[in-house]
Amino acid sequence: MSIASRQVSARLAAGESILRMSEAEAEVVEGVIDPEDETMIMNMGPQHPSTHGVLRILLELNGENVLRSKPIIGYLHTGMEKTAESLTYVQGATNVTRMDYASPLFNELAFSLAVEELLGIEIPERATWIRMMMTELNRMASHLLFLASNGMDLGAVGMMLYGWKEREEILRFFETVTGLRMNHNYIRPGGVAADLPDGWEDGVARILVALPKRLEEFDTLMTGQPIWRDRTQGVGLITTPEAVALGATGPILRSTGAAWDLRRDQPYLAYDQVDFDVVVGTYGDTFDRYAIRLNEIRESMRIVEQCLEMMPTGDYRTQDPKVTPPPRARIDESMEALIHHFKIFTEGFHVPEGEAYAAVESPRGELGCYIVSDGSPKPLRMHIRAPSFVNLQTVPHMLTGGMIADAVAIISSVDPIMGEVDR
Amino acid sequence: MLGLVYWQETAIKLGVIMGVVPVTSLIFVYVFLFKMMSYMQSRLGPMETGPHGTLQIIAEAIKFLQKEDISPDNADKHVFVMAPVVVLMSTFLLYVVIPAGPDLVVQSLDTGIFYALAVSSLSALGVLMAGWASANKYALMGGLRAAGQLIAYELPLVLAVVGVVIQAGTMNLQGIVVAQAEGSIFGIDWIGNPYILTQFIGFAIFMTAAQAELTQTPFDMPVAESELVGGFQVEYTGFRYLLFFMAEFGTAFAFSAMASVMFLGGWGLPFIDSTDNILNVVGPVLMLAKVMLVAFVIFWVRFSFPRLREDQLQKFAWKFLIPVSLVNIVATGILKVAF
Repeated sequence: MSIASRQVSARLAAGESILRMSEAEAEVVEGVIDPEDETMIMNMGPQHPSTHGVLRILLELNGENVLRSKPIIGYLHTGMEKTAESLTYVQGATNVTRMDYASPLFNELAFSLAVEELLGIEIPERATWIRMMMTELNRMASHLLFLASNGMDLGAVGMMLYGWKEREEILRFFETVTGLRMNHNYIRPGGVAADLPDGWEDGVARILVALPKRLEEFDTLMTGQPIWRDRTQGVGLITTPEAVALGATGPILRSTGAAWDLRRDQPYLAYDQVDFDVVVGTYGDTFDRYAIRLNEIRESMRIVEQCLEMMPTGDYRTQDPKVTPPPRARIDESMEALIHHFKIFTEGFHVPEGEAYAAVESPRGELGCYIVSDGSPKPLRMHIRAPSFVNLQTVPHMLTGGMIADAVAIISSVDPIMGEVDR
Repeated sequence: MLGLVYWQETAIKLGVIMGVVPVTSLIFVYVFLFKMMSYMQSRLGPMETGPHGTLQIIAEAIKFLQKEDISPDNADKHVFVMAPVVVLMSTFLLYVVIPAGPDLVVQSLDTGIFYALAVSSLSALGVLMAGWASANKYALMGGLRAAGQLIAYELPLVLAVVGVVIQAGTMNLQGIVVAQAEGSIFGIDWIGNPYILTQFIGFAIFMTAAQAELTQTPFDMPVAESELVGGFQVEYTGFRYLLFFMAEFGTAFAFSAMASVMFLGGWGLPFIDSTDNILNVVGPVLMLAKVMLVAFVIFWVRFSFPRLREDQLQKFAWKFLIPVSLVNIVATGILKVAF
């Protein structure tokens, strides 16, 4: 028996939970797997309707019961972090927005905050509030997508359509503001790409009026549903120390009762000026994670409502000619503007040497962007701390002891976006 | 009756069943799967092919016929090919005893209900064959789930029917219709006695168990698209998949028809004598209306509920449905003797 396996046995004997173990360690764990018993290895994914894209999970089954599991990632690897090193800071937002494609604005926000920290620039108040409103709307869209896919994974086929339908309303608003439904490239270093269009208040108000009724319908369809509760309550349990040890953030950590939300604990943008509650769970099960997301939509609506009331006037981007391109009209009049325009879109702007880390609370947890600059217009290294990637580590722990049907519910409740996991 | 010899009569009966089963499943797929599901999900469903997409179902059938017939390398070929046929056969056999009028029945068996429930469980054999022969782990899990479900749900299904049999005093489906048409509740006999009024518990149990028998949500674990990716059907393509599909909806029609015969009065009509020839004309229309009503409930539940887990289904069947149906039988027996 190796030293490592002896340690595992000792930890098990002490009643501690084992969060990580190697293949060799796992084999010696007594009582979990009887060598006499034949188990079945089932390969779930990468092509499976419930693995949210191309996640692959190896399940070791005894009948319907999951003994061990192993997530395998990398099927969507596109090398976006490496690509970022060959793109200027102007182009960077276009690159990062494709990572977590269900909440693209958060990627842009984390990237822009990190670049702005390196540049040492302040952005106008209006830009801050626009960013806050847009990302909160994006959080709602992302959580609606979660509700849709969670319903689908648990067999409520109608929920799939209801969730997507409401999300579509928000995406339609995004289209009027940014020109695109997804991958907006709207939040950029120095502010946002364009000011809010005329009549944006009506667009936001329409969403805020329509959504509460829909959320109540979702409550009827799922929250109070006995079958729904049977399927989710007590499934995929995780405790606060375990979640912290595995680095889980977002709804997974909050479902255990730990009220950790970057918007409140490390306020960025103008979150210290708005009023909202951090939703926490109690039991750390699949139901809590579902309920947290459902209620976070309500909290986001509160924030958006306040943004609607308190939206300041002013510029939507910083007026630093080295960072922001000049308006089209100025190029015809001023030689200097033409040069700035040319420099920004060919060479890009230079960022002082140094490193910066900016973290935002994405719908999935702490989304961080770490940039190292060598003074050139391109990052020397960019790393994204992707919440989906880190949260995925909790899956094997939560799956153990459940059934195949639970596995689907748990994967769904982690809500991984594979584009972000593989980057 | 019409002076036909045996082989002529048999040929007509065979023709009727061969025609009725595909037609009923086509109706169900169009009305419920295409249209009702779409309206429930705030969309229109097929609209382009024919008026309101009525011909879409024909297009679908042709699409399936065009597809390549694939069977996995490791599959047990003979069993793999036979499995959909076995499933569909059980559907065809079910239609033998379902009456649509005083004389409109293929064969009025004295043990009609017994026969119907027996042949309906044959389909689980086909499902198990499909699951095993596909040489696929998902299919195998689906087949095993189906087998487990069969044992758990055949019992309450039979026990729910026993109440009706006690009250009617016959197992013949025609006899049950007549008994309801001529029955009375506490001396009031002008609407007859549709057994849903006295056997409402039996009806609820029958519908729940039928939902599981038909593998519709919330009891669709053998198929479980989001877990087992279609379960036992996972390796089937083209025409063989179509057979499974037809069997699913054909059986749904047959079970809705059985529920309408046993609980809703079947083809019987108040104020009209149950041997009247007019019922051979009105009866089928009446039956179709009742079948659609019952099927509406089945599919309504299917499209709104989440799926149960396998162990929860077993718990529900053994700890709740079976005890309740046993109590129902005892109560029915006592009341039958008392009144």
